[in-house]
Amino acid sequence: MRIETRRRWAIAWLTGPAYLWLAVTIFLPLSAMLYFSFQKKGPFGKHASEFSLKHYEAFFTKGYLQDLMWRSLEMGFHVTGLCILIGFPAAYWLARRIRGRWREALFLLIVLPFWSNALVRVFSWTIVLRPDGVLDRAVQSVIPGLPAIDLTDSYPAIIIGLVHSYLPYMILTCFLSLQAIDESLLEAARSLGARSWTILVRIILPLAVPGLAAGSILIFVPVIGSFFEPRLLGGPKGTVIGTVIEEQFTVVSNWPLGGALSFILLAIVLLILAVAAPVLKNHMRTT
Amino acid sequence: MRISGMIASALLAAAVAAQPLAAAEVRVLNWQGYGTDEAWGVEAFEAATGHTVVHDYFNSEQEMLTKLRTSPGAYDVVLINSAFTIQAAEEGLIQPIDSAAISNFGDLSPGLRDAAEFRLDGDLYGVAWTWGLTSIAYDTEEVDPGNSIEILWDPAHAGNVAVRDDSVENVYLAALATGQNMNAPEDLDAIRQKLRDLKPQIRTFWSSEDEWNKEFAADAFDVAVYWSGSASRSAKAFGLPVGYLIPKEGAIAWLDGLSLAAGSANPAGALQFIDYMVSPDHFVRWDTEVGAPASANGVAMNQLPEDAFNRQVLGDPAATANLQFMAPLSDETRETFLEIWEETKAWYAE
Repeated sequence: MRIETRRRWAIAWLTGPAYLWLAVTIFLPLSAMLYFSFQKKGPFGKHASEFSLKHYEAFFTKGYLQDLMWRSLEMGFHVTGLCILIGFPAAYWLARRIRGRWREALFLLIVLPFWSNALVRVFSWTIVLRPDGVLDRAVQSVIPGLPAIDLTDSYPAIIIGLVHSYLPYMILTCFLSLQAIDESLLEAARSLGARSWTILVRIILPLAVPGLAAGSILIFVPVIGSFFEPRLLGGPKGTVIGTVIEEQFTVVSNWPLGGALSFILLAIVLLILAVAAPVLKNHMRTT
Repeated sequence: MRISGMIASALLAAAVAAQPLAAAEVRVLNWQGYGTDEAWGVEAFEAATGHTVVHDYFNSEQEMLTKLRTSPGAYDVVLINSAFTIQAAEEGLIQPIDSAAISNFGDLSPGLRDAAEFRLDGDLYGVAWTWGLTSIAYDTEEVDPGNSIEILWDPAHAGNVAVRDDSVENVYLAALATGQNMNAPEDLDAIRQKLRDLKPQIRTFWSSEDEWNKEFAADAFDVAVYWSGSASRSAKAFGLPVGYLIPKEGAIAWLDGLSLAAGSANPAGALQFIDYMVSPDHFVRWDTEVGAPASANGVAMNQLPEDAFNRQVLGDPAATANLQFMAPLSDETRETFLEIWEETKAWYAE
């Protein structure tokens, strides 16, 4: 009995700080925002609090909000897809082909963008992508006389900036999965006559699914809520649900609508994860 | 002019010497680079009064209100656009001003000085300082401006127009273009349609004066919505070929006032600072050396050189006959305007 009580105390002492930390940093702000999203008006000015569903209704009655939500999801799929296409081969190469000091150097290059401010990265891209910018000049110096390359204020510019920002997540998560693959599995496959393509598709890819999934989630979730990359790189083409949410807070102090749109975004993310989870689980079991 | 400036400084110094005052800080809340923080002005004021001037800045009117709300007593002088003065007064963020303490008060243009936007229950809450327009700037080397706001929608300038990513400004412009009272537009669908029609015209959104100048210099656009004070600076300080159009349909006019923050620790110093800011002495040097918006002080405007942008463009009575001054907007109206603009932007992005 006494040991039992003591153990309980020990658990409470050991886990308590972590739960307290989670409660203070995540649960409290989030529940405050959830509360505001069901209010008629925001926290400023003198008015009584009044329950209202109108900000959630707004999403379902206003077509342009749904269009923008869809646009953000599309943007998330494009960025995640490109990160897989570029990040997986890069991780494979790093994990299975490169050894020793070179690998450390390449890792440093991959992680380096993380050490710079995200805004600085985005502004650097505007310098690269504008007419007479770095990209334009480089291309012109190789093939003179080409029409000027101007990617400013365009959808491709947003995708380029976002892929550059989030690619390291995919490389790092895939690297961990790929490095853990037992070399003897591949040797066994080879000794049984499997070609490289078969080995890649039947053995390596399935075993790398956890890394691909983790990387995709780490990228997809922040990208669909992103706002300053689309705004700065997209200009008039850069309106997404993230910029609308940001403007509710910064332009009109409409916390309730901003909060409601954020929670709808969160619900959609959870829905996508809920749909994807069984598929992933199933996939891992059969292989 | 220099002599008159010296006389004014001497008068200011004399006025200060007449009253026993403890030197203290005057803490000013304003947009960065907007007149009050010109180094020579701060030095002249500090030399004349012994007060030290400390600046803090905001990047939006909402941020200004938030700073006043969350740090009561942290500021003495605050710049407030006349559309927000009554709201700030009602929230108790600023306090009434005794106009007798402002020696230049009598020289301010009556239409601006006595604007209803500065008064609540008969008390004065803002001293008219500067005014200006949001209208259309164009490249004088490439564009024949005509006299209509329709220049923004002219297919000749398709893909060559820039506007600011600002809901209120764009809804106002569309209201003017559709012949409505911009402060109380009734036909919102006409405004929606007018803004949608702008899609083929728009080259980019600009967000700061610096960006506007760089993009204009790089020939990114020929016609753009711009602020009159900024256009004056672009032409004068940067030598850009910028012309400024006040269309026959009217233009958006704004009026900025200087207010006394509630809980000010140094109200006397704050009023001295406001008085110096609205003086011809400060304005003439500000406009000649840096480029300024129009002064609410009529005497100051008349002291500008004949060819000054402010005297030429904003001094023309015919051009300024159709101005519409920005009135306070309710939260609901702001939300409606933002919704219209976001819906339009969603259409631009398609």
